[in-house]
Amino acid sequence: MSTSYIPPEFRWTNDTETCCRCKRCIKQCGWGALRWEHRVVADQQACVGCHRCEVFCPESCITVLPNPTFYRPNANWTLRHRKNVYRQAESGGVLLTGMGADQDFPVLFDSLFLDACQVTNPSIDPLREPMELRTYLGRKPEQVEVAVAADGRVSLKTPLAPNYQLAFPIIFSPMSYGSISLTAQKSLAMAAEALGILWNTGEGGLHEQVKPYAHCAVVQCASGRFGVNVEYLHAGAAVEIKIGQGAKPGIGGHLPGEKVTADVSTTRMIPLGSDAISPAPQHDIYSIEDLRQLIFALKEAVDYQKPVGVKIAAVHNVAAIASGIVRAGADYVYLDGVRGGTGAAPSVIRDNLGIPIELAIAAVDQRLREEGIRNQASLIAAGSIRSSADMAKAIALGADAVAIGTAALLSLGCTLCQKCYTGRCSWGITTQDPELTRRIDPVWGAERVANLVHAWAAELEEMLGAMGVNAVESLRGSRERLRAVGLDDRTLAILGVKPAGVGA
Amino acid sequence: MTTTEQVEADQQAGVVIDAAGLHYRDLNRRVRELVAAGETALTLRNVRGQRYIGDGLTGKDVRITIHGVPGGDLAAFMDGPTLEVFGNGQDAACNTMNDGRVIIHGHAGDALGYGMRGGSLFVRGDAGYRVGIHMKAYKTQIPAVVIGGCVGDFFGEYMAGGMLVVLGLDRKPGQRLVGGYLASGIHGGEIFLRATPDALPRAPYLSSEPVSADGLKALTPRLRAFADAFRLDADELLAGPFTRLTPISHRPFAAKYAPA
Amino acid sequence: MQGHTPFDLTARTLSGCGLSAMMSRRGHSVNGEAIIRSIGLLRERGNGLGGGFAVYGCYPHYAEEFAFHLMYYTPRAQEETERYLDEHFELVHEEHIPTRPVEGVDPSTAPALRRYFLHPKPLKLAESMLPTAEDYVLRAVMEINVRLDGAYVFSSGKNMGAFKAVGSADQVGRFYRLEEYQGYIWIAHDRFPTNTPGWWGGAHPFTLLDFAVVHNGEISSYGINKRYLEQFGYQCTLRTDTEVMAYLLDLLLRRHQLPVDVACTVMAAPFWRDIDALAERDPEKAELYRALRMVYAGALVNGPFAIVFGHRRGMVGLNDRIKLRPLVAAEKDDWVLLSSEESGILEMCPDPDRIWAPRGGEPTIVELDADVFPAVPSAVTRADFGPLAPQETTR
Ligand code: SF4
Ligand code: SF4
Ligand code: SF4
Repeated sequence: MSTSYIPPEFRWTNDTETCCRCKRCIKQCGWGALRWEHRVVADQQACVGCHRCEVFCPESCITVLPNPTFYRPNANWTLRHRKNVYRQAESGGVLLTGMGADQDFPVLFDSLFLDACQVTNPSIDPLREPMELRTYLGRKPEQVEVAVAADGRVSLKTPLAPNYQLAFPIIFSPMSYGSISLTAQKSLAMAAEALGILWNTGEGGLHEQVKPYAHCAVVQCASGRFGVNVEYLHAGAAVEIKIGQGAKPGIGGHLPGEKVTADVSTTRMIPLGSDAISPAPQHDIYSIEDLRQLIFALKEAVDYQKPVGVKIAAVHNVAAIASGIVRAGADYVYLDGVRGGTGAAPSVIRDNLGIPIELAIAAVDQRLREEGIRNQASLIAAGSIRSSADMAKAIALGADAVAIGTAALLSLGCTLCQKCYTGRCSWGITTQDPELTRRIDPVWGAERVANLVHAWAAELEEMLGAMGVNAVESLRGSRERLRAVGLDDRTLAILGVKPAGVGA
Repeated sequence: MTTTEQVEADQQAGVVIDAAGLHYRDLNRRVRELVAAGETALTLRNVRGQRYIGDGLTGKDVRITIHGVPGGDLAAFMDGPTLEVFGNGQDAACNTMNDGRVIIHGHAGDALGYGMRGGSLFVRGDAGYRVGIHMKAYKTQIPAVVIGGCVGDFFGEYMAGGMLVVLGLDRKPGQRLVGGYLASGIHGGEIFLRATPDALPRAPYLSSEPVSADGLKALTPRLRAFADAFRLDADELLAGPFTRLTPISHRPFAAKYAPA
Repeated sequence: MQGHTPFDLTARTLSGCGLSAMMSRRGHSVNGEAIIRSIGLLRERGNGLGGGFAVYGCYPHYAEEFAFHLMYYTPRAQEETERYLDEHFELVHEEHIPTRPVEGVDPSTAPALRRYFLHPKPLKLAESMLPTAEDYVLRAVMEINVRLDGAYVFSSGKNMGAFKAVGSADQVGRFYRLEEYQGYIWIAHDRFPTNTPGWWGGAHPFTLLDFAVVHNGEISSYGINKRYLEQFGYQCTLRTDTEVMAYLLDLLLRRHQLPVDVACTVMAAPFWRDIDALAERDPEKAELYRALRMVYAGALVNGPFAIVFGHRRGMVGLNDRIKLRPLVAAEKDDWVLLSSEESGILEMCPDPDRIWAPRGGEPTIVELDADVFPAVPSAVTRADFGPLAPQETTR
C-alpha cells in the first residue's frame, strides 16, 4: 500500500494477556484489517471502526478507539477538511461515503416539544383504552357521497382509489438488493409482512427469495429501470417512481460492476459484472408533464389497482414540486430530507445539498392544504427518523407516515461506520460476499426489526395517550401539539409552530 | 399503402375499435379486456394521441394494428405483443419494454426504447433525441432498436446492452446520421451505424471500427426483419458500410470516485 | 377585547361546562323560562364567565331572512360593518337586541348588540359565483369576523338566534329577556373557561347559518380539525375549539350533504376493530365506515366532548367515542330533553316518560316530524357495532 499522509482513524488494541488466541476477530473483520503473526496484528489503516471484532471476541479483550493522534486544532481547517484534501491529493477522486450526513446539522426535531394533557382535557391510558395507529397510504377523495335507500340504508357512492392499509405509520425506506444483502433485505421483507407495513425494493428488482413478500412491497421504478417488468409491477403493493434521494439529491445511484454478482445480475436483469448505473434524471422525465406521463404509464400497466407514488429529495422548492407531483397524479409523495441515508454518495453532495425533512414536510403539508389537494396524496417523511419522538413530530408536522432505513439497519447490527460503499460490511448488511451476508439469519433479523417497530409504535401510543387522543389521525398535521424552543420567527412560521411558553 | 396491402391488413384486422374521441383510459381498458378474453388480433382506427397503448400488455401472439398517431409511452412495459403503427409515433415508445415488436411506419419522437430489455422497435423514418437510453440486455433477451432514418442527440446514452442501429435512409442533404453526445456513459451493448468510421464523431469511451464478419452476423437477422417489415431490399441494406461502436469499459466511472 | 398578541386569532379558550337542551318533535313552541331554570341549576358546572342560548323559531315574522346578531366593541366597527352589510345585503329590518340590567352581567364589558334581518343582494350574489345564498352569507360572516376589528357576527341563521354574554347562563338568559321569546328548540350552555378574556364572543353557542353548537369538554384534536377546516375556507377566529364543531357540521351536513347520523359517524368515528368486525357481517356498511374514516380523518373529533347542536329540522346530542363527558337524554310526549345532568332534565320536565344515557359516539338525533318538516331518513346507528345497551330507566 502506498504511503498515505492520513494517520489511521482508529486504533485497534487487544489485551494479549486475556486473548485466548481463538482468531475469531480475524474472521469477523470484513475489511481484512486483522491478521495472525503469532498474535493478532492490526493493519490500523484498514480498520474502519465497525466494532464487529469487539462484539464477537469471546474474551472481550478488544478495544477500538478513535486514534488519539492530534493535529493542531483549527476551527476553520477542521481535521475533516484537512483529511479530505489529503485524500483527494492522493486519489484525484470524488470522495464517496455511506449512510446519512454525520455533521452537526441543526436537527429541528430536537427543538420541538410535544404537548401533554393536564386537567382541562384528559390524557388517555394506552394500556386500557383503544389506541389506533392504522394509516392508509394513497389518494382519498375530498368528500364522501352516500346513497340513502328507501328503507333508510346508507351506502357508499364515492369509489375509493386503491389505498394500502398500514398497521403502523412506519414503512421501510427503499434499499435495493445490491446495495444491501439479500439476507438483510429479506429480514426487512419478513418484518414488514409480520408487522402489516411495507418494505421497498429500491431500484434493484425483486429477487426470487423475497417474491413471497412482494404483496407488502413497494416496487421501485428508478432511472435505471433495473428489474422492472410487468410481473414486477403487478407483484408489488404499490409502485414508486424514484426521482431523488435525500442523501444525494440530483445524483444518481451507481452499483459498481464488482458488486453485480450472478444473483444481483439476475434480479436487476443486467449482465454479470457490468456497472448498474441509475443516473439522476429519469431520461424520460424532464418536466412535470413527463412525470405525469410516467405515473399514468405505470397506472395503466397495473390497471389502476395500486397506488403509484413518487419519491423526491427535499430541496429548496420542495413545496411547489410536491404540489406539482400531486397534481400529476401521484397517490403519495415520499420526501427524503438532507440527513437521509444512502449506500454510497459523494460526501460533498450528502453534506451540502437539500434541506432538513422537518421544514420540507411542514412546507409541503401546508402548501397542499392551501391548494386544497392534501387529501389527494399521502405524505411520507424520511431522512433520519431516529426515534418514535422524531416520528411523532414528523406526523404532527403533517406526515401520514415515516420511512425508516438507517434505524432498521441499526437493528440488524450496523454501527454507522459509513463504509457501506466498499461492499465489505462486517455485519453482512451492505455486502454481497456470501461469507459476510450469511451472518444475518433473516428470521433473526426480521424479529429484531419487528421489535424495533413494535417498540416505537408502543411509544407513539404512549405519546398519543398523553396528548389525549386515541387515533393517530388526530395528531397528523396537528401542529398545535408542538412547541419550539430556540427557533427564529421565520422558521417557526414555516413549521407553523408556536414558541414554547405560548399557550393554546 | 397499396391496395394489396390494404386487403391483407383488413384480413388480419380482427376486432376493430374506432378510437376517435375515446379517452386513453377507455381505449386501453377495452384493449385489455379483449386481450384478456382471448382476442389476438385488434385494429385501432382513428387513433390520435391516445397514450399508453399496449402498456403492460402481455401475450406473444397478440397483434395490434394502429392507424393514426398513438400518444406517448406506446408499448411501455409491454411483454410480448406486436404493435404495428401506420402513422407516426410520439415520445417514449417502448419504455421499459420487456418483449414484443413495435413497428412504426413513419417518424417517431424522443426517448424511444428507454430502459428497454427485450424485443424490437423498428422505425421507418427519423427518430428524435435520447433514443435507446439505458437499453439493457439480459440473458437471451437482447433488445434491438432499428431507426430507418436519422436520430438526434444523446443516442444510446448509458447504454448497457442490446443493439442500436441507424440506417440513414432518405437522408436529406446536410442531415447528420446521429446527433451529438453519442452514447455517453455507454457500458454495454453495440451500436451499428450505416457509415464509415471516419464519417462519424469519435469519443474516448467508444471503440469504433468497421463492422467485422461476426458483427454482421449479429446484425443480419435484425436487418432482414426490418426490411421485411417495411418491404425493403435487405441485401441492399446489408451492403453497408457499417461501423460498430462498443464501449471501451464496462465500468466507465470507476476511476471517478475515491473512498472518503 | 383583549390585546393583540401575535397568536391572537389562533389562540383559544379552554373550558369545561354544563349544557341543557329541549325540542318538540311537533314543532310546539315554549318560552325560555324552563331552559333558563335548567341551566341555572347546573351553575356549579360553570364559573360565571360565559353563558348562552340558541333558540329556533324565535323570528316567525322574518322567517325567510337571515338574522344577523352583531357585537360591536367600537363605534367604528359598527360603522364599517353596516357599510359592509349595506353593500352586500338587502336589509329588511334592524334594531337593538333588547336587554335588561342583570346582576352578574357586567355592562362595562358589554359590546353594543344589534340585529339585522337581511338577504343577499341578488346581483351581488350572482356576481359572487357562489352556489347558494348560504355560501354567500358564510363568506360575509367570515369576512366581518376576520377583517373588521371589533365586530363579531354571533348568529346568522334564519328564524333562529343565538344570545350569549359573559356571566352565568341563567343571568345571561335574563339579560337577553329570553322568557319573552318562543321557540321549538332551546339549547343552553354554561361555561367554565380556564382563562378569563372577558370576551363575550367566547361564550357558547357557536353558530353558523342555521347551526348552533354548545359543547362541554375540550377537543384534543383541535389543531388538526382547525387546519382541516382551513382547507375549506373556514377561518377559526373565535378562539375556542367549539367553533370548529360548528364549522365541521356546516361542512359535513350542508356542503357535503351527509345525513346527520353519517356526519356524527365522522366526528365520533367507530374504532377500526369494530369496523373490521362489522366487515364480516355487513361488508358494504363496513366499507362506508372505512371510507368515512379515511377521507375525513381530519374531521375526527378526538378528546372528551359532549355536544348538542341544533339545525332547522332538529337537534342532535353527541358524545365522544369513549364517552369522557356526560350526557343524559329524556323523552316526554313530543319533547326530547338533553342535559349534562339528570337534574337539569328534571328542572325542564319533572316527569319524563323515559330517561337514558346515550352510549359514547352514538348520536341522539331528534327531528321534526315529517308532516311538520319533511326530514331525510337516516339509518346509521351504533346498533351496527354490537347490541345497543344504553343504561335506561323508564319511569
Ligand atoms: S472488525 Fe471492524 S473494528 Fe474490528 S478490526 Fe475490522 S474494521 Fe476494525
Ligand atoms: S477474538 Fe479476542 S480472544 Fe480471539 S483472537 Fe481475537 S482478540 Fe484474541
Ligand atoms: S451497513 Fe455496514 S458498512 Fe454500512 S455503516 Fe452499517 S456497519 Fe458500516
